Amino acid sequence: MSNRRTFIQQSAAAATTLAFPLVGGAQAKAVKVGILHPVTGALAFSGQQCREGALMAVEDINKAGIKGLGGAKLEVMLGDAQSTPQAGAAEIEKMNEAGCAAVVGAYASAICLATTQAAAKYNLPHVVDVGVADQIVQRGLKNTFRFGPGYAACAQVAVGNLHVLNTLAGKPAKTVMIIHEESLFGTGTANLLARELPGFGFEVKDVIKHANPTRDFNNIVLRMKSVNPDIVIPANYYNEYALLVRTMQQQKVMPKAIYSVLGGAASSYKFLKEFPDAANGIIDCNHWFNPKDKRAAELRQRTEAKGLFFTYEIFNTYTAVRLLADAIDRAKSADRAAITDALAKSTFSDHFMPYGATRFENGQNMGAQPLMTQVIKGDIRVIVPREYREADPIFPLRA
Amino acid sequence: MLEFGILFPSVLNGLTTGAVYALIALGLTLIYGVLHIINFAHGAALMVALYGVYLLKSRFGIDPYLALPVVVPGMFVVGYALQRGIINRASHGRDENILLVTLGLSIVLENLALLLFKSDTRTIETAYTLTTLQIGPAFIALPKLVAFAGALAASGLLLWIVKRTDLGRAIRAVAKEKHGAKLMGIDVDHVYAMCFGIGLGCLGAAACFLLPAYYVNPQVGSGFVLVAFTIVVLGGMGSFAGALVGGLLIGVVESIGGLFLGESLGQIGIFAIFIAVLLFRPQGLFGARV
Repeated sequence: MSNRRTFIQQSAAAATTLAFPLVGGAQAKAVKVGILHPVTGALAFSGQQCREGALMAVEDINKAGIKGLGGAKLEVMLGDAQSTPQAGAAEIEKMNEAGCAAVVGAYASAICLATTQAAAKYNLPHVVDVGVADQIVQRGLKNTFRFGPGYAACAQVAVGNLHVLNTLAGKPAKTVMIIHEESLFGTGTANLLARELPGFGFEVKDVIKHANPTRDFNNIVLRMKSVNPDIVIPANYYNEYALLVRTMQQQKVMPKAIYSVLGGAASSYKFLKEFPDAANGIIDCNHWFNPKDKRAAELRQRTEAKGLFFTYEIFNTYTAVRLLADAIDRAKSADRAAITDALAKSTFSDHFMPYGATRFENGQNMGAQPLMTQVIKGDIRVIVPREYREADPIFPLRA
Repeated sequence: MLEFGILFPSVLNGLTTGAVYALIALGLTLIYGVLHIINFAHGAALMVALYGVYLLKSRFGIDPYLALPVVVPGMFVVGYALQRGIINRASHGRDENILLVTLGLSIVLENLALLLFKSDTRTIETAYTLTTLQIGPAFIALPKLVAFAGALAASGLLLWIVKRTDLGRAIRAVAKEKHGAKLMGIDVDHVYAMCFGIGLGCLGAAACFLLPAYYVNPQVGSGFVLVAFTIVVLGGMGSFAGALVGGLLIGVVESIGGLFLGESLGQIGIFAIFIAVLLFRPQGLFGARV
């Protein structure tokens, strides 16, 4: 049954088709979407990766156009959050002024917190691609939808699995040291880990935070030497992570395991290629794709053909844009409220993440989960959970 | 934490950083000691030098250490031209004008860098970036040791210039008694510009030693300039020996502070020293009583 509005829309569409019979479907109005990431500043690498993922998704979607909107194409408005929340929020203002129907972004938790709130003022639907801080979806913002898992879920999976690995190996590891970056993502993750770990019999010896950027980890690694923990858990962004692990290598600090949460060498083909020796044996609990899904392998090939690394930023943002396109298709409209509504009811399942069909509760995709991966024999392998397992875990790395 | 195996590497690490701080502070104290200019553009000039080293490496593949003969004279020329072309003219002989001119210069330079290079943090990779040497229980990164030796050598050269050459005598004469020096036939404007040039040349050397183990972005100078001002005050305004000792001391304080208080809070020691010196020994460690 069609109401008055859809009747008018349909008649208008029909009239357009009649008036311009030769151009036909190409006349469907493009839907403007904002793609907002920190492509300059301290987080530039990750932000640019996100943007590339988004652009590949838009390329795929525009091949056929959005069916529900008569084959309409997505028109991208790119934004740069300059690695700060203020700049991110300012970009939302511009995107609103420019008439964007929705926004996908903005990678870092602290930036997402600002951009989702700014977008909420204009009822502008905002799909969060990475932003793991749970506050992002806990403020009752109706416009905010996160496809991936939050840090509480990730910390729980990480700690639970660490306990299982340790128990199976005869409990060789007793002490833990956490090193995290100082913004919302790192601090929040570290707090959750420090709270959960003692319940599983681990003693948290030290929790150290560092700034972005940090160009000298010598003091932190010296402290690590003095504390001598069995397990080192980093929670930080790529540049600092790489420097930390390399400094540990320089200073010859070798714990029983390096167990990264939301980041790390075992979920970064970039790290693996740049520092294969340092990467060996590292375990990550991070965003990862279903390794058995061919579409992931295809996207990886396409990404690498462009000379880029297939990092989680690429596939997270890729699928986040697909999720949005799916919602616009279901909404059959570029209207903000209609898209928000379609996102809230989304059952998007045409993707290669290990999440199943989406089901949003208060803006959080309830099926989202991280996977556990490990660098084994020079490649990244999924070790947990069983249904995605590619290789058996090696734990502890050193007796 | 108080084991030798932990403290010793931390102190060494601090000394290597401190030597670079000293080199930056030497340039600042030279400019202050002679010209009585508090150069707020010092950090921005360091940033310019770092970008110079970065571009030479990324565009032409020139190793940062081999870039020394290009960057140091380059920065010297920039400094000489800045002093004669802008600072001297715009000051009209008044110190408060100079303060504002150098402050304005720093804002212009930082925003130019922002325009040209965006706010990205850039680093360079060299074959020796990850090489370490073992000294007792400490593993020290090779670029840091080179920076330490290089900064000390550059400081030594600067001290030699000031103490032993005609230019150095002229500089000291102008610093003590400008009008007297002028009456003796010294070209004061030239000496002023030479001082500014040498001061910026120090930054060029510091940039070459710094970049293999550090990074560059448009705001990178501000962190250094605060530390350099602290060192100049600690050592005594215009005192070269003071800048050298002060630099090393501040480097060690920062490193030990980072070890015990964490990276974010570690710098607190530097500014505690700054306040303490101002309160109890305002002339600095090596400064004459005012």
